Amino acid sequence: MGAMLEFLHMGGYAFFVWMSYGVTAIVLVANWIIPMRRGHRLRAELARNAGRTASGPTKVQQQ
Amino acid sequence: MFEPFYKYAAPQQFYLTAGRLLPWLAALMLLLLLGGLYGGLIFAPTHYEQGEGYRIIYVHVPSAWMSMFVYMVMAGASATALIWRIKVAEVVASASAPLGASFTLLALVTGSLWGKPMWGTYWVWDARLTSELLLLFLYLGFMALEAAIDDKRQAARSCAVLALVGVVNIPIIHYSVEWWSTLHQGPTISKFGERPMHPHMAIPLLTMAVAFNLYYVVVLLMRVRNLLLERESGASWVREMES
Repeated sequence: MGAMLEFLHMGGYAFFVWMSYGVTAIVLVANWIIPMRRGHRLRAELARNAGRTASGPTKVQQQ
Repeated sequence: MFEPFYKYAAPQQFYLTAGRLLPWLAALMLLLLLGGLYGGLIFAPTHYEQGEGYRIIYVHVPSAWMSMFVYMVMAGASATALIWRIKVAEVVASASAPLGASFTLLALVTGSLWGKPMWGTYWVWDARLTSELLLLFLYLGFMALEAAIDDKRQAARSCAVLALVGVVNIPIIHYSVEWWSTLHQGPTISKFGERPMHPHMAIPLLTMAVAFNLYYVVVLLMRVRNLLLERESGASWVREMES
């Protein structure tokens, strides 16, 4: 317990150290999640459309 | 000599290969990040002058190194796009800009938080800090210019010129602490071994640097894949993609 408190206290520099790591964590997580989600959405939409056009009424019939 | 790489200039090939590499790169990155965090926050010893406060180095220095590295990638991709008109290169440059801006912002903020307790101020207009701030403006300028031009390919060309003109700032940032008298300290990793950092401090730092680098590659590839899907939306390989 004492060791954990000491660790968080960072020798008196707690605010500066944890703010730094905190801001870093927020930016890195955000920059990861944003493109990941966008990718999921794009691929889901493409899969939907691929299903549609494969059987869609766009073929020109030979008379 | 470069023939094996030419095929990756094709959007579909780049998209598929990047997709295959991503999980492995991400796993390796996570491993190194956790190792580096343990190394920096717990394993590395207390600093004789700065106590535990110096541990900010383990996010500040990797961010700063990445802020410059990403710019070089952006400039290299821009040059490639200008000379050979390769679309994938244009997309790499475009995708890199917000990432570079993020790392630059982190370097500035974490540096500021380190500066206050150790050197008495959140900011000073010395050569290192000022040139790093300029780097942030270059990234933001690139993004603004790109947003302002409707035609994607024309935007890429204008932004490429901006990126290349700004390259001169990179050696300025790097050598600023040697060429001028700065509040910011001298080079972290000295080439000629004068007062080198203790290995228990240096190894977590290098681990974090590699982790940040892998992070950039992973996120860049994700962004490039997204941009390729959007910009090549008319192409058959995109339209016929099932998953």
